[in-house]
Amino acid sequence: MNNPLLGIPNIIFIIFGGIYSLLCLGSLLIYRLKQRLSARDYQELTKRINAWWVMVTIIFCTFLVPEGFTITAIGFLSFFAFKEFVSLIPTRRTDHRPIFWAYIAIPLQFYWIYIGWYGMFIIFIPLYMALFLPMRMVLIGNTKGFMAAASTINWLLLFTVFCLSHMAYFLKLPDSVNEHASNYGLILFLVLLAQFNDVMQFTWGKLLGKHPVLSTVSPKKTTEGFIGGLIITTLLAYLLAPYLTPLTVWESIGAGLMIATFGFIGDVSISAVKRDLNIKDSGTLIPGHGGILDRVDSLIYTTPLFFHYVYYLHY
Amino acid sequence: MSTTYTTKTKTKWLKLFFFAALIKILIGLRIYNREHLPDNGPAIVVANHNSHLDAIVLMSLYPLKKLSMVRPVAAADYFLRNRFLSWFSTHVLDIVPLSRNNTQNKEDLLHPCHQALINGQILILFPEGTRGEPEQRQPLKKGIYYLSQAHTECTVTPVFIYGLGKSLPKGEKIIVPFFSDIVIGQSIPAASNASDYIVNLQASFDQLSSKIKTDRYII
Repeated sequence: MNNPLLGIPNIIFIIFGGIYSLLCLGSLLIYRLKQRLSARDYQELTKRINAWWVMVTIIFCTFLVPEGFTITAIGFLSFFAFKEFVSLIPTRRTDHRPIFWAYIAIPLQFYWIYIGWYGMFIIFIPLYMALFLPMRMVLIGNTKGFMAAASTINWLLLFTVFCLSHMAYFLKLPDSVNEHASNYGLILFLVLLAQFNDVMQFTWGKLLGKHPVLSTVSPKKTTEGFIGGLIITTLLAYLLAPYLTPLTVWESIGAGLMIATFGFIGDVSISAVKRDLNIKDSGTLIPGHGGILDRVDSLIYTTPLFFHYVYYLHY
Repeated sequence: MSTTYTTKTKTKWLKLFFFAALIKILIGLRIYNREHLPDNGPAIVVANHNSHLDAIVLMSLYPLKKLSMVRPVAAADYFLRNRFLSWFSTHVLDIVPLSRNNTQNKEDLLHPCHQALINGQILILFPEGTRGEPEQRQPLKKGIYYLSQAHTECTVTPVFIYGLGKSLPKGEKIIVPFFSDIVIGQSIPAASNASDYIVNLQASFDQLSSKIKTDRYII
């Protein structure tokens, strides 16, 4: 049932109402705990939760605008993630133009989505850009570091643009399958679970964490945190799926396990990159959270996987 | 050329559009120690120079209502060389033109800078004199010493910029977005002679550059 005023299903409003209530609870809790926390922890937590207020509101607003704007907003998310990533890695002076072309791929990719050209959307970056960028590099003629440059730029494009752009393609799926929540329901389901899983892994890790799970990559990740996140996220997937998605009970449990597991994989992949480059945060764009990459890392694997999971099962 | 260094506030909307679009969305900056930047003129901000974007980015650190006070010192032979560029340099950037062909004596050369400082403006100056190879530093020129000698009341604040030489290096026409680092230092103390002053300034740039990772940009 669409809200008559804003043209978005009522259930989306209810879920956002729930998220805002949780944020209120979080802010209140941090405020009440002020005396018991050290000044540094308090500031850190306040910064984090305030950033969540802003991020949730931005997502909410992108749900209210017409579809084309939502797709553009996801395009900007890809752009910022790509820019952050490409700024971290060493690049060759001669790759100025190839990197420019990699940027041009971003609006093109989202244009294919906007016009609903599935075939092009699915091969443009993994095939055409993967062929074009090394070609452009080889025509400039600098062979020193050619392999490293060609593979990193393509990999960045695949991670930050191709994978994340699947989120926009949800909007182009036929409406009739998931009428009660619309395609926005699938995006909300995915983003909510992936981010919730992050928070849960962090919280369980802080509360119970003892056994490091991948100490060479990310010393703070623990088995307890991972399992805790997995259980709670799967439970939430089971509870929310009937309202937001066309998934059956067992399918929703599968989705929960998948989002929790591959959210973790995305997270540690970006950690590995940062460790390789010897840096802590990927940027300073979001106060208390680091950069955009630190926030979307758990969506890199989960977005395309969840998209094709749902696409295969129901569309 | 004498009419070109008067402040024009009516074109503020142009600046607004230009700075908001180009800097905030396209480039992206990581700014360290913003509080060291002088709020009011007369003051001089000196920076290393790698890209045409340097001056624009430094200006973008100021709020819009102060922007008419902030003026980059730029080479007249380059920035006023054709009608379009000249219009842009004068109306959008509002440059203080500096003649680089050494026919004039030192005082005439720096006259527009003195004038701007007397008017209480904030000058952006690149003591390297030219952009050079991307992300490579050049020996510093001494004009900054003579300016600071003549205006003892005015602070000289060093700023180290890293990454813009990657976005728009010399010889390239296309801007490619990369996040850039801007580190702002404490003002340079006065010195009794030019070479001491330049050594101080150089040391200050070295110290600022050590605060950020500068090895990951160009291989």
